[in-house]
Amino acid sequence: MSAPLLHYVIFSTLLFCIGFAGAVTRRNAILVLIGIELMLNAANLNFIIFWRYGVAPEVLTGVVATIFSIAIAAAEAAVGLALVIAIYKHRKTMQVEKFDTLKG
Amino acid sequence: MPNNIAFYILAALTLCSAIAAMALRNMVHCALCAAGAFAGIALVFLHLDAEFAGLAQILVYVGAVAILVLFAVLLTRGEEIKANIRRASRSWFSGVCASALVFAGIIVPIAYSPGLKHTPAATASAPVQKLGESFVNEYVLPLEVLGLLLTAALLGAVVIAMQDKKEETKSISQPENHPVQKEAVQ
Repeated sequence: MSAPLLHYVIFSTLLFCIGFAGAVTRRNAILVLIGIELMLNAANLNFIIFWRYGVAPEVLTGVVATIFSIAIAAAEAAVGLALVIAIYKHRKTMQVEKFDTLKG
Repeated sequence: MPNNIAFYILAALTLCSAIAAMALRNMVHCALCAAGAFAGIALVFLHLDAEFAGLAQILVYVGAVAILVLFAVLLTRGEEIKANIRRASRSWFSGVCASALVFAGIIVPIAYSPGLKHTPAATASAPVQKLGESFVNEYVLPLEVLGLLLTAALLGAVVIAMQDKKEETKSISQPENHPVQKEAVQ
């Protein structure tokens, strides 16, 4: 008695699309980063789902890929938030529409 | 295979907190709802028998990333107190339409793919011992590169976030110096 694979894939795709919609529509840079994190998490979820439903779950490639991806996402979050704070100190705003020039 | 209903409850909770994280007005609520969504994803990992990945997800996302986001939110507050700041861009409707199109574009081909018919193995496990062995044998080079990347990210984050500290101390210390100098002159 298990949920069909399609339901899991729909769940991860919905999560990806929520993150995408948030990253595209919100104006606060931190919320854009949270949206990107949600999209990354949906990709991790797909690794785990297809590892579990795959032909050979004794091969741990999906789990290993997920763990690498989590570590890279942590690095991305740290650098991204540091950039956001640096830009905030410089521009005194968090609205992504105001981040329109590279030269300060 | 794990229980069906548990997955649906977890999925509903995770999706609700993800939507809340993307739609709420208060930034602190958004960060906390994002932490809830990350925790829900970790529980789905555990539900899918990937124990180590689920615990790593809890450690990294709920423990570190969510707290980091919360700190960033609290450090950059102030402008949302000002009235009439729009939280979504004017084209939010087209953004939602684009994401719905992305959803359809992903799901429709998957729903018709023959690979969905495959029944999963009754039991699966990712024991930590096997994971560790594969990390130091098969994936030792990616592991080293990852360590290098994390070190570089640590240093880079510190350098980026502290880059204009000297300028700030100059600009703070200069106005303070002026009254002292004036007093000394007087």
